[in-house]
Amino acid sequence: MLLRYIFFRVLMLIPVSISISVVIFMIVHLLPGDPIDNLIRIGSSPDDRALLVTKYGLDQPLFVQYFRWLGAMFQGDFGEAIVLRRPVADLISQNLPYSLTLGAMAFAFSSIVGIILGTISATTRSALMEQFVRGFILLGSTVPGFWLALLMILFFAVQLQMFPVSGAKGWDSLVLPVLTIGFGGVALVARVTRVALMDARREDFVTLLHAKGLSSGTILFRHLMPHAMLPVVTILALRIGWILGGAVTVEFVFGRPGLGSLLIRALGQRDYPVVQGCLLMLALAVMLGTLIGDVAQAAMDPRIREAKT
Amino acid sequence: MLEVKDLAVAFGSVAPLSGVTFSLAKGETLGIVGESGSGKSLTAMSIMGLLSMSDGRVTAGSIVFDGQELTTLAEPAYCKLRGGRIGLITQNPMTSLDPLKKIGTQVDSVAILHLGMSKKAARANTVDILATLRIPEPALICERYPHQMSGGMKQRIVIAMALAADPDLLIADEPTTALDVTVQAQIIRLLDDLVKQRDLALLLITHDMSVVAQTCDKVVVMYAGRAIEQGPVLEIFDDPQHPYTQALVGCIPRDLGDGEKLTSIPGTVPTVLNYPSGCKFHPRCARNQDICTTEQPELVRNGDSAVACHFAGAST
Repeated sequence: MLLRYIFFRVLMLIPVSISISVVIFMIVHLLPGDPIDNLIRIGSSPDDRALLVTKYGLDQPLFVQYFRWLGAMFQGDFGEAIVLRRPVADLISQNLPYSLTLGAMAFAFSSIVGIILGTISATTRSALMEQFVRGFILLGSTVPGFWLALLMILFFAVQLQMFPVSGAKGWDSLVLPVLTIGFGGVALVARVTRVALMDARREDFVTLLHAKGLSSGTILFRHLMPHAMLPVVTILALRIGWILGGAVTVEFVFGRPGLGSLLIRALGQRDYPVVQGCLLMLALAVMLGTLIGDVAQAAMDPRIREAKT
Repeated sequence: MLEVKDLAVAFGSVAPLSGVTFSLAKGETLGIVGESGSGKSLTAMSIMGLLSMSDGRVTAGSIVFDGQELTTLAEPAYCKLRGGRIGLITQNPMTSLDPLKKIGTQVDSVAILHLGMSKKAARANTVDILATLRIPEPALICERYPHQMSGGMKQRIVIAMALAADPDLLIADEPTTALDVTVQAQIIRLLDDLVKQRDLALLLITHDMSVVAQTCDKVVVMYAGRAIEQGPVLEIFDDPQHPYTQALVGCIPRDLGDGEKLTSIPGTVPTVLNYPSGCKFHPRCARNQDICTTEQPELVRNGDSAVACHFAGAST
């Protein structure tokens, strides 16, 4: 049943991917300016320029360019960076590991701490504890990442000199970026967990669980948590994509290499193949994230498993 | 078996239930009837010790089950009683089961918890019970999820859960309200059979007087959080003393003569926030006198039955 669900769910990714590729291609090419401006030397003649334009195929109609790009992509060829003059695949594979490490750590940090905090705030009888967690949730959901990043650098890196200001050397360079990205995530996950748990506790079947003689602990961990995790899993899955893409500003502030930094640089130079490659990776991450989320939900909830197959 | 005395319940400063007294012996069925909001379910939740789920508490009176005082019982000891010696059947089978867990797992857990059975033994126990509840292919049903079953089936599963640890007392809180009429009759017959086969004590909460007439030995009629009349079913039905009970009995659909009309009670049950003074039934009562608006009538015993009315027995 679950396999059937996964099969159909993956099948649905095909039309989605095609539309995404069209959108990415169009957006990039609709931007004013082109990469040749960054490439050409001052004083070159219009003929030189035309030569370059022809070389990169930018004189072709858009749909021809699109199908060329798409065709190459199917052969694993992301094209050549126009300004950086290197294969896009190389650039991405060089930068991706940094983003993946940062993303994975931030993801783990925000899910674990978020779920624990959310559970505490939903179940504690201490008003102080509840107020603390609620305050934290409010702060975490509203403070922007780049500003928090600057504060963190100022305090932990400059004042206390506990962690490096920037760069990606050694594990300690990861701490501040992970905390920065994770902070918002923790708050979000804690909030969703809290609300989901409190909703689950109001369900009718909980009365009967108590009537069966189960202890509050058993009810919480065996019955309420699985229910509360349904929306939490959805949020977490959406964040898989978000953390890769949303880390853009944080990577930038901490001067870390990564997909985000690469994308920002390429955008500035209108380096079409690189921008397209990066965006495609991010879109892929989002799609993969939702896929994982949907499959996880189906694995957890028999009703979903049946409804969609 | 079960002895409830002067039970009163409060939520904060609101007191929706007071002065409820009744007793129930093994093999006996006691019906609690009343309209919605009369305190029937609260009585059940008090006995189950589950008032705290909705921030309520017992403020007065006692509940003694098999010699054990329940109102002061600590939570761990209560957990052993619930599901173990007292089974609960709730109103709405559609939402009473955990939708994420298989039927078998949900029923098994009761025997595992209270009888210390292994998973395998518990499953055998579950299959047995499902079979006695006339559920076809019980072993197959165990592998199903709640959403794959009909309301009547789910209610049988809920009953199976209540029975899994072989309890002494079964509390059924409007077990048939959410079901089709034909299924209602099946479930009621099933409960009746269980009481006889297993020598259970059954506390049947309902708003259906005809169900009470069919199955109960004794009945407590509740109105606005109080017991207003109680006693053996035959006595109460033959010769109701309280005007409310008289009206309820008059509401039971039966063979009517030509031109005879089924009566209904004018007005509605007051909510706990606007309980009237004196006798809580007086605004709807045809026998209403001055004293009814000022003085709450006490439950007065008369043989096996009791009634709380200043003008008990008078005909309207």
